[in-house]
Amino acid sequence: MKRLAELRESLVIALWFMFLTFPILVIQVNTIEKTILWRWQNMLYVGLGSFALSFVWRYFLGKVGTGGRLRTEGEEDPKTRFLRLSGDPRVRRGAIAAAVLVALAFPLLSSTYQVNIMTTALMYVVLGLGLNIVVGQAGLLHLGYVAFYAVGAYTYALLYQHFGIGFWTALPLGALMATLFGILLGFPILRLRGDYLAIVTLGFGEITRLVLENWSEFSSGPSGISGIPRPGFFGLELNIQEATIYLYFLMIGFTLFTVFVTNRLQDSRIGRAWLALREDEVACQAMGVDKTMAKMTAFALGSTWAGMMGVVFAAKTTFVNPASFTFLESAMILSIVVLGGMGSTLGIILASFLLILLPEYLRAFSDYRMLLFGTIMVVMMIFRPQGIITNIRRTYEYHFEGKGNGAADKQA
Amino acid sequence: METILETKNLTMNFGGIKALDRVDMDVRRGEICALIGPNGAGKTTFFNCITGIYPPSEGDVFIAPTEGKRRRINGLPVHKVTARGLARTFQNIRLFPDMTVLENVMVGRHCRTKAGVLGAIFRDRPTREEEKAVVTRSLAILERIGLADMVNTLARNLPYGDQRRLEIARALATDPFLLLLDEPAAGMNPRETDALEELILKIKDEENISILMIEHDMRMVMSISNRIVVLDYGKKIAEGTPAEIWENPVVIKAYLGEEFETGD
Repeated sequence: MKRLAELRESLVIALWFMFLTFPILVIQVNTIEKTILWRWQNMLYVGLGSFALSFVWRYFLGKVGTGGRLRTEGEEDPKTRFLRLSGDPRVRRGAIAAAVLVALAFPLLSSTYQVNIMTTALMYVVLGLGLNIVVGQAGLLHLGYVAFYAVGAYTYALLYQHFGIGFWTALPLGALMATLFGILLGFPILRLRGDYLAIVTLGFGEITRLVLENWSEFSSGPSGISGIPRPGFFGLELNIQEATIYLYFLMIGFTLFTVFVTNRLQDSRIGRAWLALREDEVACQAMGVDKTMAKMTAFALGSTWAGMMGVVFAAKTTFVNPASFTFLESAMILSIVVLGGMGSTLGIILASFLLILLPEYLRAFSDYRMLLFGTIMVVMMIFRPQGIITNIRRTYEYHFEGKGNGAADKQA
Repeated sequence: METILETKNLTMNFGGIKALDRVDMDVRRGEICALIGPNGAGKTTFFNCITGIYPPSEGDVFIAPTEGKRRRINGLPVHKVTARGLARTFQNIRLFPDMTVLENVMVGRHCRTKAGVLGAIFRDRPTREEEKAVVTRSLAILERIGLADMVNTLARNLPYGDQRRLEIARALATDPFLLLLDEPAAGMNPRETDALEELILKIKDEENISILMIEHDMRMVMSISNRIVVLDYGKKIAEGTPAEIWENPVVIKAYLGEEFETGD
């Protein structure tokens, strides 16, 4: 009976789609010869296609609703198997070693173009992890993250233009500038949360871009700043190919550094305060957490990474202009965080590879790649709203030692 | 007995409504004081005023954690009030649902520890030692509360009664001298309530923490509190021992309404 109802609904959907697409896909008016071409076969395709898709869609949606098939006893849930394996230190070490080998060998095995894309993907890993501090851990919806990225990029560009300052000096300065901007933005938003916060950060992102676009004396406006040098390698001149590979390895280093730092932050007093803030702001304050300080540190630290990546971005493209820092960029980084699973490092790494590499490798589908990309995102959010990898809370082992004496043994 | 919390003339206006109207009350060291009153009497507002969630419109709140040292705390932000030694639970449970039981308690240690961002990144010796102390202390609290075998469970997955206990454990982790419990027995079955009574008495006797609680369960209020304060329409209408309150006509009138007084 249920199947029959499903069939009927799919049929209705197919008819609806046939009706909707009728004017565009069936009627073709030739204005020169003043004739109308009726392409009825298109209607048939649309009908069949939407019927099949809707049916498959319903099937999977039903599966999500009932929590998948029932497992017979003794059978291991694939999820728990994955968790058990990823918790096993041997498997973990093996996986990390394999990842390091692939990462090191990658530039030797592929073209400069591929290395370039990979560098971009790694930059988004760092940006994602940075934004994750603000959005995933502290739970502050931040839609203007790209502003800090721009601050970093322009810090390097302007410092080079006016004072000839190099990459390695600009890197900490860019990070510092972004941190300062983070604190600056932090002040007005401390009292806001949820939707209001999102709107203010969105506004801040747009203000930054518009200032860069219109204040020509300061930032040379939409024409941007060009001729920014790539990172130097102990004074050695590198050709484009070498410079690309060098930047790739630098990015690997930055990524590892970021993963290390953000993981440590997550498992600290500050990290717990952020999580508590995300979970319940009132209770968090009542437990003695200074809300203002916690929000400020989250904003400032999140911005630091954006600033650093801004400097790398300027060095990578050797050119900055405001067009690189649109809202779409913020949305992209936010998607990485949400898609990866809020708060999960591994999830964010996977998501940024997926979101950055997918559009590149979908180029084969040329016109349809963004459509496919959008579809994948929608499907992901319906079937795995918690993200690719759900953040697993750290566990502690607890031994009873006689009566009333508890000893703690930590386990990562 | 010495006073450890005192309010003078405490008034809270919400627009035209006086949620609290010149309330003078005190809590003494080592007692369990119950705050009762019909729904909407201003009990939770009273808690929110003394813990800094609302700044009171008028009046003062004083605390005296150690003998002789009296300090005014109204106007202080919430986290500073907690740091001064007032810890509270909430009427509708407000745990951190996606954190583990242990982590919930560890957050409570926040105001007694001080590792910063650099400490978190470099994990130097003081930070590691502090972190270890936080874990050990939190586990010890959980063991006393009776949640030691659930340390790694997510708070959202705890049974209702245990969630209430965890809220108390989390509040204890802030090292309070006065624990404010907002309807700790709400929604509990009689067995859970008995266990809770036992727990509250244990906290009072073994940890030397005084308790101020809002409660509707009269059986529990009468059996464990030393003193009862009654609020009605934001005003304090009575104060006394359970026996006195039980027989106070003003209180009976507030709870049961006019007609019972005439019918009596």
